[in-house]
Amino acid sequence: MIDQLKIDFEKLLEKSNFSKKNIEIKRKNFENFIEKGFPNRREENWKFSDLNQIISKNIKNLSFYNDLSKPNKIDQSIFIHGLEHNKLVFVNGRIEKIEFDYEEKNKIELLDDLVLEKFNNTSNSLLFLNNAFVSKYFKLIVKKNYSLKKPLVIYNITNEDLVSKSINLKVDILLEENSSLKLIEFSNDKSITNFININYKFDLQKNSILKNYKIDNNSNSNVKYSFSNINQNSNSVSETFLLSSGSKFVKNEINCNLNGKYASAFVNGVFILDETKHHEIKTNINHLIENTKSYQLIKGVLEDTSKAVYQGKIFVDSKAQKTDGYQLSKAILLNDNTEFNAKPELEIYADDVKCSHGSASGSLNEDSIFYLMSRGLNYQEAKKLLINGFLLDVVEKITDSEIKNLVKNIMSLKQ
Amino acid sequence: MREKQIDKLKDYKYGFTTDIENIRAPKGLNKEVIKFISQAKKEPKWMLDWRMKAFERLKNLKEPNWQKPKYPKIDYQDIYYYSAPKSASEKPKSIDELDPKLLETYKKLGIPLQEQQRLNGIAVDAVFDSVSVATTFKEKLNEVGVIFCSISEAIQKHPELVKKYLGSVIPLTDHYFATLNSAVFTDGSFVYIPPGVKCPMELSTYFRINASQTGQFERTLIIADKESYVSYLEGCTAPMRDENQLHAANVELVALDNAEIKYSTVQNWYPGDENGKGGIYNFVTKRGLCKGINSKISWTQVETGSAITWKYPSCVLQGDNSIGEFYSIAITNNHQKADTGTKMIHLGKNTKSKIISKGISAGFSDMTYRGLVDISSKAKNSRNYTQCDSLLMGNKCGAHTVPYIKNKNPDSNIAHEATTSKISEEQLHYCQQRGLNPEEAVGLIVNGFCKEVLQQLPMEFAVEAQKLVGISLEGSVG
Repeated sequence: MIDQLKIDFEKLLEKSNFSKKNIEIKRKNFENFIEKGFPNRREENWKFSDLNQIISKNIKNLSFYNDLSKPNKIDQSIFIHGLEHNKLVFVNGRIEKIEFDYEEKNKIELLDDLVLEKFNNTSNSLLFLNNAFVSKYFKLIVKKNYSLKKPLVIYNITNEDLVSKSINLKVDILLEENSSLKLIEFSNDKSITNFININYKFDLQKNSILKNYKIDNNSNSNVKYSFSNINQNSNSVSETFLLSSGSKFVKNEINCNLNGKYASAFVNGVFILDETKHHEIKTNINHLIENTKSYQLIKGVLEDTSKAVYQGKIFVDSKAQKTDGYQLSKAILLNDNTEFNAKPELEIYADDVKCSHGSASGSLNEDSIFYLMSRGLNYQEAKKLLINGFLLDVVEKITDSEIKNLVKNIMSLKQ
Repeated sequence: MREKQIDKLKDYKYGFTTDIENIRAPKGLNKEVIKFISQAKKEPKWMLDWRMKAFERLKNLKEPNWQKPKYPKIDYQDIYYYSAPKSASEKPKSIDELDPKLLETYKKLGIPLQEQQRLNGIAVDAVFDSVSVATTFKEKLNEVGVIFCSISEAIQKHPELVKKYLGSVIPLTDHYFATLNSAVFTDGSFVYIPPGVKCPMELSTYFRINASQTGQFERTLIIADKESYVSYLEGCTAPMRDENQLHAANVELVALDNAEIKYSTVQNWYPGDENGKGGIYNFVTKRGLCKGINSKISWTQVETGSAITWKYPSCVLQGDNSIGEFYSIAITNNHQKADTGTKMIHLGKNTKSKIISKGISAGFSDMTYRGLVDISSKAKNSRNYTQCDSLLMGNKCGAHTVPYIKNKNPDSNIAHEATTSKISEEQLHYCQQRGLNPEEAVGLIVNGFCKEVLQQLPMEFAVEAQKLVGISLEGSVG
């Protein structure tokens, strides 16, 4: 694979016109990646999901160079209907459409010619890979006191043309003081066995609000990794909801730094998995200053031979007195060969805190099924009702009612 | 200087050394030393071969480094692997022939070895540095067929049992410290409870590290045959020294059909001084195998000593309907560090496990609960309940919880809960209002916090443990 990487990397530098500075940074990142390779289970973070193995098992002849010179057709039918929204459309890793029809043009800014970050203090090799191979690095700035009128949907579409490729995307979002943004990341994949590596960075300044919904719902054979780094200033609120269901393998990693007083972070997630799917949610919530709050709720329903992993960590610095941290993960295992692994971790250095976590997994309650069946439902209906009720609990946490309805529709939870 | 010494002794009353002549193996870890140990203990050839196999294996192993408390690199060539009181080289026939100095030491520790002095009827095996010096109440135990002796004696007298079970729970191919122990273990206790016997008294081992620069590598093997029951206690202390001493023990428990083993530990190795200098590295491997159906193994531990405690008493629940329990109190003060917890590995059907862990950290200490609950796809209808609570005193210390929960079985239920808190001002106020000073109040509240675990200890131990909890936290208030 290393030879392939080297050839593809040189090809990328040759075909694109990166700035001198960026080429230098890319080379450095590339070397770092070559040195570390894809993470494997020897790394604590990847203990339950050996990416190296998953890639070599699922993707034959992975190539890293992706020709972005020709535009791709956009399949309009994929777009979300019944919800007015702004669009950023990526097809096969290439930006195809930027549309902010509902917004005041001088209140937002989209940059795409940026100097890459250096990543000095990370050991995450996938960030190196992303930095080395990303072709365009976008940054969206929402100006002071502006709230986007309509949600922004980032479409990540891949079509049949894409086979065994590695796609790297990088998007930064800066919310200035008192601004707010509702963001939906919507994936739709018809492509076969690709590795998609997305890196988000969110900067939330004072009093800003980010609502971030990630929806991965249609079945496909791709392997995905998404890393979101969220930095929060005082009084800011971030809400993340993950619907983790469609792809062969997904790892959503969220690193959230609560840097300002009264900042709060919410992470809610749902796994709905079948066949041989293997999904993971990994969170790192760092309480770095006093009076911050975090709340995490993850639920999963697993069928066939699927596997779900939740690794959640709450870190409380010795300065972060009066922290309120909460974590709950629950899973229902429907088949004999399903697997749910959890590692809910607390690392606490301050004494005046309220931190707790809980985790439970098991099967559907037979008594409840009996109750429903005695009232005339058949077994399948009873099961469905119970599962829907179990998952609805998480979906109800979505604070935006329009998007809540959308998610319910997608999950077919609507009564 | 002398005064300072006395002052220090107040904090850790077991910190004295006994001036006793020692026989030591040369320093270092090599084939000759292993041969020396084996010869000194007059071991048969198969035992030496077993040790050599472990030593070969050790060469390919690396010290693990994933634990939270980091420690300076240990120079394994700079440790004495064998140290025995000279007087014990000719094994005394009865306790009355023991070196009076040794008797004195154990008396100071509160463990009288003379049987006539024993009132509460606990049989004791006393291990001093590398050798077992005395085992009490042997005859009484013989009557019912219970074998309770040092492991060296068992190797000679009951080779068939040792051969069958030694390494059956912690194999030679295990992790670094366990394999190191297999190569160089010096002594420890051996217990065999025959079928249908309920052991008439509590069995107990008392470990003491006396010599400096010595590592203690004891090995304990307890076998409870069908339908038997045994309760076993373990206590440990060491003198105060500025150096760090390594203690890497292996404890193996095997419970056959319908048998039950209850294993309690009060660990009070020297924790180092208030600046974190010296103290014992307590890197112990404890594992129990519920081999038969309906068997039960229960671990109870009170961890107050050691500079670094790094251990996970585990249960492998192989037999159907078997039960594993783990009750733990871990207290760290000053610069102590602990990374402890348990592993419950469910293999059989209808297996149950319960984990109750209470962690208390004060001063500059760091405490980690790390536990694994692993339910395999065959362990139908199994259950686990885990509760781990941490209490923090001050904001210079840390409390961490790292549970690993793996469920591969839809019929199984796992529940895990954890909380972290501090002693509430209201509780303190309430106690002080009623005339307790702050330290007493904290002691009372902490004892209440630990109650669930303390209840699991045998009576005599529970009293000692309760006192220990108070002493360990002295100076951490205000």
